[in-house]
Amino acid sequence: MEAVKQTTEFTPEMLAEVDRIIKLFPEGKQKSALLRVLHIAQAHYGWLDVPVMDYIARLLHIQPIEVYEVATFYSMYDTVPVGKVKLEVCRTGPCAIEGAEKIISYIENKLGIKDGETTADGIFTLKSVECLGACGYAPMLQCGEKYHEHLTEEKVDALIEAYRKNPKANYMGM
Amino acid sequence: MGRQLLLDKVNVAGINTYDVYRKEGGYRSVEKALKKMTPEEVLEEVKTSGLRGRGGAGFPTGMKWSFIAKPEGVPRFLLCNADESEPGTFKDRYLMEKIPHLLVEGMVTSSYALGANQGYIYIRGEYMYVLRILEKAIAEAYQNGWLGKNILGSGYDFDLAVTCGAGAYICGEETALIESLEGERGNPRIKPPFPAVKGLWQNPTVVNNVETIAAVVPIINDGGAEYAKIGIGRSTGTKLISASGNINKPGVFEIEMNITVEEFIYSDQYCGGIKNGKKLKACVPGGSSVPILPHYLVCKTAAGQDRLMSYESLADGGFATGSMLGSGGFVVYDEDQCIVRNTWNFTRFYHHESCGQCSPCREGTGWMEKVLHRLEYGHGKMEDIDLLWDIQRKIEGNTICPLGDAAAWPVAAAIRHFREEFEWHVNEPVRCLEKNYGLVAEKVFEPVTA
Repeated sequence: MEAVKQTTEFTPEMLAEVDRIIKLFPEGKQKSALLRVLHIAQAHYGWLDVPVMDYIARLLHIQPIEVYEVATFYSMYDTVPVGKVKLEVCRTGPCAIEGAEKIISYIENKLGIKDGETTADGIFTLKSVECLGACGYAPMLQCGEKYHEHLTEEKVDALIEAYRKNPKANYMGM
Repeated sequence: MGRQLLLDKVNVAGINTYDVYRKEGGYRSVEKALKKMTPEEVLEEVKTSGLRGRGGAGFPTGMKWSFIAKPEGVPRFLLCNADESEPGTFKDRYLMEKIPHLLVEGMVTSSYALGANQGYIYIRGEYMYVLRILEKAIAEAYQNGWLGKNILGSGYDFDLAVTCGAGAYICGEETALIESLEGERGNPRIKPPFPAVKGLWQNPTVVNNVETIAAVVPIINDGGAEYAKIGIGRSTGTKLISASGNINKPGVFEIEMNITVEEFIYSDQYCGGIKNGKKLKACVPGGSSVPILPHYLVCKTAAGQDRLMSYESLADGGFATGSMLGSGGFVVYDEDQCIVRNTWNFTRFYHHESCGQCSPCREGTGWMEKVLHRLEYGHGKMEDIDLLWDIQRKIEGNTICPLGDAAAWPVAAAIRHFREEFEWHVNEPVRCLEKNYGLVAEKVFEPVTA
């Protein structure tokens, strides 16, 4: 949750990945890498604050405003601090008729927060989101890169316990 | 179960790996195309097949390909639209996760027909784990000579990469997708010029859905004429349907488009009937943006004929009594579901996803959401129903891209077919919430925050 970071620099592994992604595009079109680079930064820092976005602008040789406008357009990017574990529950049509609203209220009550809020210990953020493309396996939530489907209250209990022990369990790659 | 052209091998163990995929006959279409056919011949086969875009609009793929401009010395691009975000649709994710090489193979064969030497798969950011599956498949394809320079000694070069979005439904619109791929906000472009003339980095570009590109593989393997024999009328071949909602067997099904809707909903091969023995109330057959059908128009058309799972039959009766096949996002509603609440939910989605460029969509979607919210939560007036009708009519056709239409249609259809339910919400709002959602009365009169 703390807004002050040790550094905004990427690790050597992250820089290598950025380099690989830039090379997927023709020379001079490195701006196309922006969305993926923002994902890399967010997976590492948890959210995108201004120094990180400025650093990314320098990496891609673009203006900082070009990074801000993209980061604020796409709903997956967080430009304000969030918890270490972001529970994103699908709330759209097919999930809603299969009980998404009950799952959202259950998580709200269990964690003592409202939709969009973060727990006082800074571990969990609850966010209801629009369709995640898992309508046949509703209700569902996404955490990091993982899809948790056919949710029940018991399943929610179990995964909240698991994430409390290991908040980084939600990312597969970098 | 009918013929399976895309998912026939989905249960073969290890089909997601190159070795098994190849052993099961994978990459034959690339061999056939590059060794025995000219690009024009590949295009002709696709035209003959009658394949129509599987992303929602249903535009003939061969015709779309034939529009691509071919100025000398200008690179062309093939983009795969894997931004699947239409509520109710999850078929592309299933296909990419289970058989990633089918998409890679389709990309090579299709690009050859277009003379494109670079392709990108644009996948929605939420599918990051699928992106990693695709990157692995692409690396395997490079190692085995199906991508890169001089593929199979044919002199044809093709590079393929995956890139992703970050949570924006609008990026499924092809010009917004191109903007996003260029590292910009996903604002759709004004057309013309169309992507076939000026697309990615202002070069000629074709954008096709995942399933469309995958379907090119069996078309080249077996021939376009063979493909065209499957299905009915102008709905040739097979279609992946994402079935969800109140049914016994939700999931992805590959169907021949001549089966009836009744068979699809009630047969154990497909949806397996309505859950808990309840009755069918309504159905959205092609993703959230297509008109909802009331139960009496689901299995039969207004003329009393059996409705089929085809482009034409689902559209029979126009918007008055029909709907659309769209992306194949088939959502089934049982008798307990509330149409007003569902319409509010979908409208909230479109409000959230409007890019904000065009006033009718930016303002209209939010306005409709507010009106629907107050109807659902017990603050509605009778004249709100006509107001909603009026707003949606002023959005439709007045925006740069089809998101405006997509937001307007579900509202129009809900009022057209379920007007009584809207009126009932004005007269007795508490009863709906108690009956359908078990919500307590005090929640009914929460302040309008939408």
